[in-house]
Amino acid sequence: MEEISIKAEEIFHLGALPVTNTLIVSLISFSVLAILGILFRRSLSAIPGKLQNFIELSIEGLLNLVDSVLHDRHKTESYFPLIATVFLFILISNWLGLLPGVGSFTFEEGKHTVPLFRSPASDLNFTIALAIISVIMTNVLGILAIGFFKHFSKFINFRGPIDFFVGILEFISELAKIISFAFRLFGNVFAGEVLLTIMIFLLPYVVPVPFLMLEVFVGFIQAFVFTMLTIVFISIATAEHHS
Amino acid sequence: MDAESIKLLAIAAVMALGAFAPAMAIGKIGSKGSEAIGRNPEAAPKIQTAMILAIAFAEAIAIYALVVALILKFV
Repeated sequence: MEEISIKAEEIFHLGALPVTNTLIVSLISFSVLAILGILFRRSLSAIPGKLQNFIELSIEGLLNLVDSVLHDRHKTESYFPLIATVFLFILISNWLGLLPGVGSFTFEEGKHTVPLFRSPASDLNFTIALAIISVIMTNVLGILAIGFFKHFSKFINFRGPIDFFVGILEFISELAKIISFAFRLFGNVFAGEVLLTIMIFLLPYVVPVPFLMLEVFVGFIQAFVFTMLTIVFISIATAEHHS
Repeated sequence: MDAESIKLLAIAAVMALGAFAPAMAIGKIGSKGSEAIGRNPEAAPKIQTAMILAIAFAEAIAIYALVVALILKFV
């Protein structure tokens, strides 16, 4: 039976930095996106070929999605890099984690068999990092959009005792956002990995196919939900106050 | 009953109880969403987006229960 561990296994050390199997796959996912971006940039032409068409389609789709929440094209275009990066990075990471070879190429380390590749989002470090970036950038964009004091007046205001406690609750809810972002993505991807491991262990032929399809779908939905929630929180943070 | 058996029972119970309320919530959200789309098919994309968001929030609670069960089992 395969070994399942919540902690991502370290493959080797670069000096003091442990390189885990999830770090390797996330670097692969990053290079896939970077190479795609560079190739796309080089082959830009007025009459689009297939790749350019496809990428323009997806970018337009994402822009319309962000527009539908923010209702302001200028804001959409300035926040788009963060949002699109989060979406594409999580999507490609989740989908790369389903390819054959991820989880099956293993090597022996003492008495443990350690897989060489592992879905990046099944590592709590990856998801917590993305969650922290998302929430901190939401606050930073809020400060940039409506000003330092207006933004923090949501958390610290002395207009009355109830408003003061609401402010404290808002602050706690920022922390809760980080935790919920991180654990939603982690739980979905890690549970999917465990599910696939067990299904393939029980019945290796034909039967795991619907579960793989489910994981493709779940990978997309989790990237989509992470992005949508980021967009919604950005729109709340950068909303002009109507008082 | 030794500690190991109670731990196994706890893992199963966490998952079973923790998935009950989110399942009901997702059912309710889906039904209200479908109703809203039926009443106003033109607003379908907006309703769909809001519905998917709400379903993701509700599912997150079930995922928290799953994470607790996984931590109990593997840590």
